Amino acid sequence: MSIMLNAENVWFRYSQEGDWALKDISLQVEKGEFVAVLGSNGCGKSTLAKLFNAILLPEKGDIIVEGINTKEEEKLLDIRQKVGMVFQNPDNQIVATVVEEDVAFALENMGVPPREIRTRIDEAMQSAGIYKHREKGPHQLSGGQKQRVAIAGIIAMRPDCIVLDEPTAMLDPYGREAVINTVKKLNKEYGITVVLITHYMTEAAQADRIVVMTKGKIEKMGTPKEIFSQVEYMQSLALDVPQTSALAYEINKHGFNLSTEAISIDECAAQLYKFLEE
Amino acid sequence: MSILKVENLSYTYNEGMPGATKALDNINLEIEPGTFVGVIGHTGCGKSTLISHFNGLTKPQSGRILLDGRDIWKDYDDIRQVRFSVGLVFQYPEYQLFEETCYKDIAFGPKNMGLNEEEIDRRVKMAAEFCGVTEKMLAGSPFDLSGGQKRRVAIAGIIAMMPKLLVLDEPCAGLDPEGRELILSQVKNYQQTTGSTVILVSHSMEDIANYADMVLVMENGQVYNYDTTENVFADAENLARMGLGIPDITKVFLKLKEMGVDVGTDVYTIPYAVKSLLKYKEAKRGEKNA
Amino acid sequence: MLKDITIGQHFPGKSPVHNLDARLKIVITVLFVIVRFMSTNFPGLILSGVFVLAMYKLSGIPLKMLKKSIKPLMPLIVFTVILNLFFIKGETPLIKLGFVEIYPEAVMFIIVMISRILLLICGTSLLTYTTSTIALTDGLEALMKPLNKINFPVHEMAMMMTIALRFIPTLIEETEKIMNAQKSRGALLDSGSFSDKIKALVPILVPLFISAFRRAEELATAMECRCYHGGEGRTRLRQLKITNDDIRYTAVCMVTFAVILSMKLFFTRVI
Repeated sequence: MSIMLNAENVWFRYSQEGDWALKDISLQVEKGEFVAVLGSNGCGKSTLAKLFNAILLPEKGDIIVEGINTKEEEKLLDIRQKVGMVFQNPDNQIVATVVEEDVAFALENMGVPPREIRTRIDEAMQSAGIYKHREKGPHQLSGGQKQRVAIAGIIAMRPDCIVLDEPTAMLDPYGREAVINTVKKLNKEYGITVVLITHYMTEAAQADRIVVMTKGKIEKMGTPKEIFSQVEYMQSLALDVPQTSALAYEINKHGFNLSTEAISIDECAAQLYKFLEE
Repeated sequence: MSILKVENLSYTYNEGMPGATKALDNINLEIEPGTFVGVIGHTGCGKSTLISHFNGLTKPQSGRILLDGRDIWKDYDDIRQVRFSVGLVFQYPEYQLFEETCYKDIAFGPKNMGLNEEEIDRRVKMAAEFCGVTEKMLAGSPFDLSGGQKRRVAIAGIIAMMPKLLVLDEPCAGLDPEGRELILSQVKNYQQTTGSTVILVSHSMEDIANYADMVLVMENGQVYNYDTTENVFADAENLARMGLGIPDITKVFLKLKEMGVDVGTDVYTIPYAVKSLLKYKEAKRGEKNA
Repeated sequence: MLKDITIGQHFPGKSPVHNLDARLKIVITVLFVIVRFMSTNFPGLILSGVFVLAMYKLSGIPLKMLKKSIKPLMPLIVFTVILNLFFIKGETPLIKLGFVEIYPEAVMFIIVMISRILLLICGTSLLTYTTSTIALTDGLEALMKPLNKINFPVHEMAMMMTIALRFIPTLIEETEKIMNAQKSRGALLDSGSFSDKIKALVPILVPLFISAFRRAEELATAMECRCYHGGEGRTRLRQLKITNDDIRYTAVCMVTFAVILSMKLFFTRVI
């Protein structure tokens, strides 16, 4: 079985009379994949995230996590352990007054023996790059550090998948970079499946696949190159594209034919070099 | 005459105690009326401490703040008068909303100014229009709105005081691209229509590049640079070295320079990038033909 | 200004007092309070004083800290002194100034009284100075465990305490931010009549409550995501373990307390 998360024709709304927050969502995330979900505020991406670890249950359709339907109540803790969640506000997900205590929180809940907790949290704190802050209080840390404490608290559970709901929205550029690098490392080195919900195109550009959502529906899926090269289309959805794609697109308006798929700085510079020197 | 003048301003947290940190170190600055000023710098570089001096929330330990040439701590009998002239929008301003309706919340500032009902009404409507707050939203509770809408109501609450100087600390944090664009264009519109001065603190170099006329770069509690946007971005290499997230487009041009193509590195917006690329290409073509 | 509050502050360290098992520390502190109340003679008082000073010396907490923790209680102390000085009557006055008479009994009483209050504050402060909040809640939870039998929600209480302690700095910071935001809109926070002041609190309290509820909701979700399901089957990172050192130090304390109490037999009570 290589499917990590599977959403099958999922419908969801917050109240019986309300509008549908998610309409007929079908999405498969493979093990080890790094998927970014893009979409403007209120498009349903946070709702989708909460369905993936049974914080919310679909009204119609099913969410299957590694073969377990999230509706199976007795498997709830298994699902939560398999799919870890990181939220936007770093302050509101730290429970304890000391970093290492907080990282241990999930393991304590799972009933892991104390000695094993110690080794697992040390590992988790090291891979999130916060080991040296382990004895500090959360209020002594920067936003980016706090967010990495939250990530460490999740990876200590040794989940197969992490869902991050706009983890960098409240951070400064430094904190943002540190968090994204940590997430990439977890994906590449530990093979953890990542679902990253974000507004930042540069972050989404680093994923294997991008899912674009609008108004509770999946609008488009594809590699970052496929998605971002459609500059006009993305702009019509009120979404940004990386400046590199936008630049190629604007130059093409003057009768040239540059590729809008050159997303990274290096690719873009190489293309422009050729364009200028030939 | 400058609208805001900062003279030898220094500020130290926990002064005289162990663990004292110097937040501001002899700042001198003059801002001309009607300018759109962008402020950039790392978290902890003193930006927030500096702007809290502008409306008298923090009293200078040494140095002076002059508003229209008058020392705000000497020539005003009430520091509140200064706060009405210098509107300060904090980070996540939606967390300050408290009234039952958006109308009442926006009216809070003007009411504190002691204006009459008619004038308050006029100002609330004017501010609502600038910030895209509809009649329907005005009558409803601020707590039923979406995040972006709440934030616009909060900003309207400051604009309703009709400040000469509007200071915004990260007004777009946490919003989607559309929400960012909307708020910044509304602020720009306010600045241009009323001729007021705007100071925008932001981590987003793209936003600063797109909106600011002048840019203040701060580092370690000091002014690293205060110049026109073009001149500040021409120094992109140093900004990058300071770890400030320079726009991707500027990074591309820095890379091109490294590769031996000198198209200039003062490029910070896409239209400008297109222009300079096409110009370079044209010149190159001319060379070849000649 | 809100940041100046030092009550319940913790000063990390590695002294024997810091290392003492939290459960024993709590028990010793409680016993100390009881002993202090029961012992009413001078030698006992002096011995208690020596005991507290020795503990501070051992813990490496500067005595300066004591001054800080006593300061907020000064008005209360001064009030008691004045009250007792003039109202306790004995047989022969010590000083007579017009109609004011001060008796030696009153002076004695005040000395005992103040040293008692000071010793109590110093003794209990030492507990919070040398124990992290985590250790404190863990210790309390362990000590109250027998109450589980009568269906008292021990784990839930301890969890609530931990979260409350965790969010105090966050909420203090948030209050300051909201106050600054409303001041920037011309709110008057520190002038006007009493009812004006109450009214002025609304723009602070409403956003503060809303934000606290939002935080609570988000925190609850985050806790659920980390498999939180109450105290059942929970393990702890830190195991409370009583070492030989713990037993030794506790024994010393117990002997001291016994000596203080036994002085009742040999010395007359002062009050």
